Amino acid sequence: MPRLLTRPLVALATASLMALAGCAAADQPALAPAPAPTPEEGSAEAIEGTPESDGFLVVYSGRNEALVQPLIDIFTEQTGIEVEVRYGNTGEMAALLLEEGDATQAGVFLSQDAGALGALTKAGLFVTLPDDISGAVAQGFTSTDGSWVGVTGRARVLVYDTEEVAEDELPKTSNEIVSPEWSGQVGFAPTNASFQSAVTAYRVMEGEGAAESWLTALKTNNAQIYENNGAILEAVESGQLTMGLTNHYYWYRMVAERGIENVNSRLFFPEAGDPSAIVNVTGVGILSPAQLDQDAYDFVRFMISADAQNYFVQETSEYPLVAGIAAPEGLPSLESLLSPTLDLSDLDDLAATQELLQRVGLL
Amino acid sequence: MTTITPSVTTPDNTGAVTVVGRPKPPAWWVGLGVLSLFAAAVPLVYLVVRVGELPFQGILDILARPRVGQLLWNTVGLGFAVSVTAVVMGVLIAIALTRAEFTVNRFWLVASALPLAVPSYLASYGWLVVWPSLSGFWPSFILLTAVTVPYVALPVAARMRGLAGDHEKVARTLGLGPIAAFYRSTWPQLRPAALAGGLLVFLYTISDFGLVAMLRFQTLTWGINAAYSAAFDRSQAAVLALLLVVLALIAVLGERRARAVTDVSRGRSKHLGPPLAPAYRRVLLTVVALPPMIGVVVPLAGMSVRLFRADTIRQVDVARLAEATGWTVLVALLAAVAAVLLALPIAALAARFRTGTARLLESAAYLSHGLPGIVVGLSLVFLGIRLVPALYQTTILLVFAYAVLFMSKALGTTRSAIEGVSPDLIRVARSLGQSAFGAWRRVTLPLAMPGIAIGALLVAIATMKELPATLLLRPTGMNTLATELWTRTVILEYGAAAPYAAVLVAVAAIPAMLLSGIRAEKEVQR
Repeated sequence: MPRLLTRPLVALATASLMALAGCAAADQPALAPAPAPTPEEGSAEAIEGTPESDGFLVVYSGRNEALVQPLIDIFTEQTGIEVEVRYGNTGEMAALLLEEGDATQAGVFLSQDAGALGALTKAGLFVTLPDDISGAVAQGFTSTDGSWVGVTGRARVLVYDTEEVAEDELPKTSNEIVSPEWSGQVGFAPTNASFQSAVTAYRVMEGEGAAESWLTALKTNNAQIYENNGAILEAVESGQLTMGLTNHYYWYRMVAERGIENVNSRLFFPEAGDPSAIVNVTGVGILSPAQLDQDAYDFVRFMISADAQNYFVQETSEYPLVAGIAAPEGLPSLESLLSPTLDLSDLDDLAATQELLQRVGLL
Repeated sequence: MTTITPSVTTPDNTGAVTVVGRPKPPAWWVGLGVLSLFAAAVPLVYLVVRVGELPFQGILDILARPRVGQLLWNTVGLGFAVSVTAVVMGVLIAIALTRAEFTVNRFWLVASALPLAVPSYLASYGWLVVWPSLSGFWPSFILLTAVTVPYVALPVAARMRGLAGDHEKVARTLGLGPIAAFYRSTWPQLRPAALAGGLLVFLYTISDFGLVAMLRFQTLTWGINAAYSAAFDRSQAAVLALLLVVLALIAVLGERRARAVTDVSRGRSKHLGPPLAPAYRRVLLTVVALPPMIGVVVPLAGMSVRLFRADTIRQVDVARLAEATGWTVLVALLAAVAAVLLALPIAALAARFRTGTARLLESAAYLSHGLPGIVVGLSLVFLGIRLVPALYQTTILLVFAYAVLFMSKALGTTRSAIEGVSPDLIRVARSLGQSAFGAWRRVTLPLAMPGIAIGALLVAIATMKELPATLLLRPTGMNTLATELWTRTVILEYGAAAPYAAVLVAVAAIPAMLLSGIRAEKEVQR
């Protein structure tokens, strides 16, 4: 029996040790490593030196494992650089990187949306990319200051239930979407970054007042709030919603999973130039602690290479952003979706959009 | 009561063995409790730092938003409705399980524990497949009640098994009706267990994100998530999270107020209390059947429908599934041990000493348990990467995070288990020459072990289902069943997700069955 009886003792000792760690945490912040000098707004300060490779890279990915891991495996195959990937939601990965700050192990952040990249840029966590990287993607689909580079594009679309409504009856503009005809039948995800970009586009193109009345109309028209695009698609597919505001590629994933004959919904591209038809981008940036890590630069260059761009076209049905790569079949061309009056780089002001959403009571 | 006076038999009496009067706990004990408390308070430190970045006016501005008022109202309403309903239903279920003598009693015992094994996000997802229009308060209320009611039913049933029904019979012979007799004689002895369970249900409800997000009922956790991942505004998230801390504080104080100290009349008799009338039994059977029906059967049916409809059920990667299962079980076991170790000093203090210090420690330990996983996860990112970088994103820090998150689930059961050990036994041990610690180790701990194990099992189940903190703190590349499930559902691959969902529920069902009291029931029958 004595062995049995000593166990609780050991346990207790461990408990106190663990608690001690907590105690130190609370009492002695002085133990923390000295904080790095506060970076300027924008990109991190450059450190002198030539980037070197150690054949190992940590990537934080807000994009899904099933979608990007095969591509990362190709990268490792081609370069011999071992990549360790931490997957999560884009927003949560950005929150994680903000908490980690300069202590992060991550070399590269692969983001599902531009807003998260903008938040990290603002916190000074990104390296300014060399010109050959930042110049590879057309203005309007990438950052204006070279802190991150666009990788793929996603069009905002209406997904609709073919059993409920015919294609030619569908609303073609943002303003038609809030018509009383569709009361309670439209779904949207106010916390979703892509939706917020569309609202930002509305603000930029039509003005603040118009944007506020549009959102108010959306709300009073009893548009249904969902947590994310997946939930909207699911609701349209199950007949719960007539239509929803979402991104184009989610639908392709579902068709791949269930087969087109089992899918009731279809996509509709609103009128080009309307805020409801904008294109959002995914992107990638290098975190400042990795500014001398050659592997990080190699990874980012790979993401805008023909191999990677074609991979996204084929596997995720997204728009390629590098010139000379053909868009996925069956989709209108990226150019045809471009708004003549909108510069996508004007869409970085998500904060004002969120304030507006909060004021209207949607966030 | 035969009393062996400690001062006579044990000259080195430290006072640590008696509950009579108001003895002061020894300093080393309080010290251990305080250390545990520091661990439990990690999230609070982080929140205070983040809120401190805001000017006072900024905090007021956030709180003054009508939106925040709405979120707070929704959270309080849901938390109150779910916990009150869970307490009432849980007590009824416990009565049914211990007294109604259903023909398949052991089946119902297990069935009543199973809702614990279903993660709330899975329960809501399964229901949405069956009934896509579900949204808002009522579905959230009903589903959360179904999956949390075992937190009340199990400990109350356990308490009832340890009670003699004699008082109630006496009350009946003195002319009270069956309900009045129960309320007057048995209920006071069940109340502490029922209220402790109700507190856990309340904390679970206000901290849940997955279910309310899916059912589109916007509570504070929704607001917190939006602040982190849409607005990238950590200070705003922290203000909302502190509102949850305040709610937890109110709930803890409320529970403390309502939980009166009672002397439990222990005993064992085959017939626990008077037999139930057939009409009561029928009603009770319905109440017992509802939570497993709503929380287990329908969600699992919904998921299987989706499984068979999916055209591209990928070849199940058995090795990967096995690896995720292994990690899930491993971290759940480690977290259970760690949470119990954290809870033990505080629980023992609260059980043995009714001093202000002991009460304060116990209440304070609950405060961070109304917080959602993302807040606790980020708080450990914040402190972990600065203070113990070597442990950052290792299993050790992950397990510590689980212990911080779920320690409250072990606290109540451990406390009442230690309370249940008669001080007389400890006095006997001391009189036989054991030191204070020796008596604790050789008498209190073994006797309290079954109760402590209940807490450990609750923590293990919660750990298996945990997602947000796991995503933030897991060692890079490590996958649990919950993260694998998330990876697949987020891109709508429900077919590929189904095996992970099934294994998760099956694995979590094992500790749930251990909790059901099926073994205790066997002993009674013997």
